[in-house]
Amino acid sequence: MANHLVDRSVPPLVKAVNVHKSFGPLEVLKGIDLEVYPGEVVVLLGPSGSGKTTFLRLINQMELLTGGRIWVDGELIGVEERGGKLHRRKDSDIARQRSRIGMVFQQFNLFPHKTALENITEGQLVVTRKKKAAAVERARDLLRQVGLSDKEAAYPGQLSGGQQQRVAIARALAMDPDLMLFDEPTSALDPELVGEVLTVMKTLASEGVTMIVVTHEMGFAREVADRVVFMDGGVVVEQGTPHDVLGNPQQERIKAFLSRVRHEESPA
Amino acid sequence: MSLSTPTDDRPGTIDAIPVRRPGRMVAVVAVVAVTVLLAYEIVTNKAFDWPFTFEAMNQNTVIQGFIFGTLFATVGSMILGVGLGVALAVMRMSENPVLRVVAGGYVWFFRAIPRYALLVILGGAGAFFPGGLGPIDINRLSTTIWMAILGLGLSEAAYMAEIARSGIISVDKGQREAAEAIGMNPSQTMRRIVLPQAMRVIVPPTGNEFIAMFKDTSLLVALPLSGEMFFQLRAIGAATYKLIPTMMAAALYYLVTATILGFGQGYLERHFGRGYAPLQAQQRRKTRAVADTRGETPLMFPGSDH
Repeated sequence: MANHLVDRSVPPLVKAVNVHKSFGPLEVLKGIDLEVYPGEVVVLLGPSGSGKTTFLRLINQMELLTGGRIWVDGELIGVEERGGKLHRRKDSDIARQRSRIGMVFQQFNLFPHKTALENITEGQLVVTRKKKAAAVERARDLLRQVGLSDKEAAYPGQLSGGQQQRVAIARALAMDPDLMLFDEPTSALDPELVGEVLTVMKTLASEGVTMIVVTHEMGFAREVADRVVFMDGGVVVEQGTPHDVLGNPQQERIKAFLSRVRHEESPA
Repeated sequence: MSLSTPTDDRPGTIDAIPVRRPGRMVAVVAVVAVTVLLAYEIVTNKAFDWPFTFEAMNQNTVIQGFIFGTLFATVGSMILGVGLGVALAVMRMSENPVLRVVAGGYVWFFRAIPRYALLVILGGAGAFFPGGLGPIDINRLSTTIWMAILGLGLSEAAYMAEIARSGIISVDKGQREAAEAIGMNPSQTMRRIVLPQAMRVIVPPTGNEFIAMFKDTSLLVALPLSGEMFFQLRAIGAATYKLIPTMMAAALYYLVTATILGFGQGYLERHFGRGYAPLQAQQRRKTRAVADTRGETPLMFPGSDH
């Protein structure tokens, strides 16, 4: 079930048209079209190697796309059009675009030489140049939201995986992003720590944060996603509400995938 | 003793006799014997002339040479070497091919030139520019501490560049991605995220470089830099024909100072190891962290304190 109504009369926040990506001779994405509307939670599903993570990384310019276009908030990602020609964007311009997009990584990637609090203030101080006091206040607020108020002085090495990932989510939220990208946020966690991260993500979804989530957590997809996009072999195979795609899959590939993950899934 | 008693047949605490290691005892005896023999020889052999050694160490020119020559040149050339070396490493890993080639060429050149030869050339550089180089009077500069720092620092930068590069490479690429994902530009990412973590890998070999540089100041006799300890001790040795005692004086200075520098290195390694406690401490913390997680309700809704 969708948690809230998504207004599709407004322009999409993310618009991807005919997106292609090759690594050398290997073509990973073969023409992806996708629109994500403000407040929408989209879950990307598919077998490994289907291109989900690559697509997410293209949106945040961790990789450069080789074909097609992606717009975020109406602005072309990575390139800009001047005089009828496409020009690559400058580093500073790319950094500005990235600061509008929060990203959560499978391996957390917290800064190990900074405390939980410093991880969250870093972007506010360096990128948006907030005053120290304001940044710390915001960071404490976010730590409270993810349930880690008592861990602000801890270094990442002193936190469990689930705690680290919650700090990483807070770090991304501190930039007040228009869009949050989650790249398999629970895949590196011990099973008993998955729940605490998913709960934080559910809360964000219910607050209307626009999210694109790559995950293998079917329960999360069913419960939280407004839309599920099933990818395989670098193309979108099917998309729709979780109920339609997961409950009543039309294609053999999806049925096969679902029966595979169902075997892995622990009883919820 | 923890042998089980008839009433309690469950095994108790282990209080076992350690394995005997007779080889170690033999080795200790051998090492002590050799050390004592050497020490006896060094103390009693008249050729060492210890009174003269201490007298040489106590000369004003030597003490001043140690402070304003040896130590100052070491610190100065290491500051230049580390700064320039890190800059070269960053250049070498840049996307800009011009920077990459310039840095590569620099390292190739200065790594191939022996320090002694470089210092001889710099010391004689005045001959190439008899009229000075622009406003700089090379002739007057060529045998000063500043030329010494320049020569040793330029050479050191080539080695530091390689050390810094290995440090930068050692930082997980996820760190760069995470920094860029929150909107930091490449230079902010390098300065605030990558380099501080690279320091953990850079500091130990830099400590070695520092100590090696401290000893390499003795090469400044090639410049020549007269206001330096080794130059002064050698001059005393040459004038008095007591070369060995003066070299022992230099060796004592180097030995004591290198020991102190070694302690400083340990301190710096701990400082830059923040967040990476030694394995044992880290494991202890991990256990604590896991225990904390278990006792905690994970979900907090905004505004609901706990």
